[in-house]
Amino acid sequence: MSRTDGPDFTGPALHEMLARTWSDAPGLWGWITTVDHKRVGRRYIVTAFVFLGLGGILALLMRLQLATPDSGLISADRYNQIFSMHGTTMMFLFAVPVMEAMAIYLIPLMMGTRQIAFPRLNAFSYWIYLFGGCFLWIAFVLNIGPEAGWFSYVPLAGPEYSPGKRTDVWAQLITFTEVAALAGAIELITTILKQRAPGMSLNRMPLFAWSILVTSFMIIFAMPAVMLASSFLISDRLVGTQFYNPTEGGDALLWQHLFWFFGHPEVYIIFIPAVGFVSQITETFTRREVFGYPLMVLAVVSIGLMAFGLWVHHMFATGLPRVGYSFYTAASMMIALPGGVQIFCWIASIWSGRPRWETPLLWVIAFIITFVMGGLTGVMVASVPLDLQLHDSYFVVAHFHYVLIGGAVFPLLGAVTYWFPKFTGRMMAEPLGKWNVALAFIAFHLTFFPMHITGLLGMPRRVYTYPAGAGWDTLNLLSSIGAFVFAASLLLFIGNAVTSLRNGRMAGANPWDAASLEWLPSSPPPTYNFAHIPRVESRTPLWDGEPAVIPGLRTDKRELLVTTGVDALPDIRDASAPPNGWPLFAAIATTIMFTGSIFTPWAVVWGAALMAPPLILWFWPHDPLEPKPEQGDE
Amino acid sequence: MIVVQSAIHPAGDHATITSGLFSLFLGVTGFFFLLVLLFLGWAIWRKDRGSAEDRKLRVSVAGWAALITLGLFGLTLGSYFADRSLAFVGGGQAPIKIKMTAQQWWWEVEYQSDDPSRTIITANELHLPLGRPAEIQLEADDVIHSLWIPNLAGKQDLIPGRTTDMAVLPRHLGHYRAQCAEFCGLQHAHMALDVLVETPAQFAAWRSRSLQAAPAPTTAEQKRGYAILTGQCSGCHAISGTPAFGTVGPDLTHVASRASLAAGELPNIRIWLERWIADPQGVKPGSHMPRVPLSAADIRAAAAYLETLR
Repeated sequence: MSRTDGPDFTGPALHEMLARTWSDAPGLWGWITTVDHKRVGRRYIVTAFVFLGLGGILALLMRLQLATPDSGLISADRYNQIFSMHGTTMMFLFAVPVMEAMAIYLIPLMMGTRQIAFPRLNAFSYWIYLFGGCFLWIAFVLNIGPEAGWFSYVPLAGPEYSPGKRTDVWAQLITFTEVAALAGAIELITTILKQRAPGMSLNRMPLFAWSILVTSFMIIFAMPAVMLASSFLISDRLVGTQFYNPTEGGDALLWQHLFWFFGHPEVYIIFIPAVGFVSQITETFTRREVFGYPLMVLAVVSIGLMAFGLWVHHMFATGLPRVGYSFYTAASMMIALPGGVQIFCWIASIWSGRPRWETPLLWVIAFIITFVMGGLTGVMVASVPLDLQLHDSYFVVAHFHYVLIGGAVFPLLGAVTYWFPKFTGRMMAEPLGKWNVALAFIAFHLTFFPMHITGLLGMPRRVYTYPAGAGWDTLNLLSSIGAFVFAASLLLFIGNAVTSLRNGRMAGANPWDAASLEWLPSSPPPTYNFAHIPRVESRTPLWDGEPAVIPGLRTDKRELLVTTGVDALPDIRDASAPPNGWPLFAAIATTIMFTGSIFTPWAVVWGAALMAPPLILWFWPHDPLEPKPEQGDE
Repeated sequence: MIVVQSAIHPAGDHATITSGLFSLFLGVTGFFFLLVLLFLGWAIWRKDRGSAEDRKLRVSVAGWAALITLGLFGLTLGSYFADRSLAFVGGGQAPIKIKMTAQQWWWEVEYQSDDPSRTIITANELHLPLGRPAEIQLEADDVIHSLWIPNLAGKQDLIPGRTTDMAVLPRHLGHYRAQCAEFCGLQHAHMALDVLVETPAQFAAWRSRSLQAAPAPTTAEQKRGYAILTGQCSGCHAISGTPAFGTVGPDLTHVASRASLAAGELPNIRIWLERWIADPQGVKPGSHMPRVPLSAADIRAAAAYLETLR
């Protein structure tokens, strides 16, 4: 019998062999033990969209309350919980996870590898995220949801002014989501730097990979700040430390510095992946490589760096020294330069390409218009004297919904439409998709544009009601009407996706005639992604014709090709861990510990003991050279 | 319509400067937005699509980056000079000195004087003389609050453990509304205050009236109300000239002269005054004013006495 890893081993026999090697156990057990990045990524995306729906319902409740002045529909206590939950859910359970989720699905395919790095950690990351989200929402239903905002400023969130468990739940949710996000970031960085297809040197990487690389590094540098901040908070609340208590030598502003050192990069952690979506979509539908590849890469990297120097612009009203003000004003405005250059490059690609007006590209157009408006109001709030008027008013609410919805959700919806055939094998319905773009665009602006004016007219944020006659009534009503139409447009999108799962047109491997490697395998891709690892000669490999392949990876065991960091030269072959239940059990133990620790600090002690067995068994050493194909190693 | 709470209807020097700066930013950013739209429109509707135009685009992107840099430079300069002129507003004139202490969910306002007997303590109202700068020292007792009088100036946080300050220089007579702008808990929405810009004569009259102690009650009902106020209510409230010395809640010495009740939530009229005393938790849930067990007659008496405190 010929070798099962040689170039002449092809055809159905090869696929059968690979399918056997890379398959999950059948049934429910397979569903819970899977480490396939596509299955994990898919459920990650679906879960994030469920949280988008839940956060959206909260938004509608707020808009109902604010539709009329002096409304008594929702009590102050409930409203404060609702807006805290809306922000927390959207930031921590939707926006960041959904971007990582898309990357978890797409990056290994785009890089031309068979599996993400650290697949069990990936499964663990998903379970922790899921349990954290359930933990928050169950607490909310039990009336112990967060009440001090998604930002939990102390002393309001401290033990004296937020007694009870509500803020503990918030602080511990942070721990959940940060663990999940950090795990994802490490996998993605490793996959991008070490598992690229041979020949895909850094300067041939798709722009989406660059944006995920930068985002993942930002997660690694930003998240520890908020974990530290929330750990201080929870120990102030739980064991009586005084980090934030000014009467005992602590400092109320320390929280804000730590929180925004994370919180500002967080915004770019959400936005930069969207830059990647937009670049991939633009490339495919203008039928040209995005104009100014090196500029785009530099822009993303410089945004990633600058994002860490701007946190103080969330604190202009706290009374910091004036010299600092000028520095942060200049730094905050500077970020408009790389942003502006990116916008130019996308429009230039459309200008010089041969655009096909498919739905994903229409989402890009909606993105460009909306995001530029949000970016320009961002320049306004960067100016200290202006910000002192605009800060914490509805103007800021308008601004960041323009950048977050316009800048990240529109590209995300475009991306889902674009990669839907890859995820499911079927296309989303047309021309419904195009009408969907138009409806969402109009409804979005109807909702959020009036808020600029309400803010300039003096309406502060986070108020559960407002008096009649201040000139805010009509504007608020418009926003509320717009919010419901916008929600309808999102429902339309979800409806389209769900019905297209069954009824959509069959897609084939590369329905859009795109250039990047994820379009090489069938749609949806087989468990092993690539039968042979493709070799990459340019930035647009699939436009060069059928790519050459590199044989030599084992087919009877899960094996990956590891390449060098810069040039992507084949380096070593490495084993990839097979499915296993321990990540789930480790996640359950972690969840018990995190949940217990909001009631007693001793939970950290016995919780650690509880976590030890699944972790030990997860990492139990196996001989990687052991020939039996069922055996795992990691 | 009189716009009493708006950043773009300035009634003071600071707000005039920021409002002018806003116009500058709106103009410049509007120009850039227009450029983007034009380029986008051209890109979409362009007819003759040639090839190999990237050289042209490379030149354009350099120009575009230069233009953005220039625009940002201009705006940064504009912002810097606005900041400078804000710092010098009212230079040379002796300001009146006020100290405000924010707490959940009301404002204590203290007009300071070199002569301690001429200090005035009031709540939820700010009287300002036209054309004279005021320096407001800001402190917070519990959580972080933020003072925002949009018609007069940008906002400033009040942070426990720190002292911050804010200056205003009113230029138009009027009755404005200010509000807490930093989320501060349950009744953040109902933490407003009345800002009254008065002529110097009106202000002086208010000031001297405010220095007087409370008048003695005259009618039987007022006397009954006096007994309640100096009894059950005195743990929290002070009324100058009486045995009521509480400092937890607002000073009531001249409560009847104020424009509103419960930190800007209710108009200061008898019916609301009675309801507020009868059921503070119904009117403003979570407020730190407890429901004191009083009969209906007691409530009427208390309100009758309070109405004499002008």
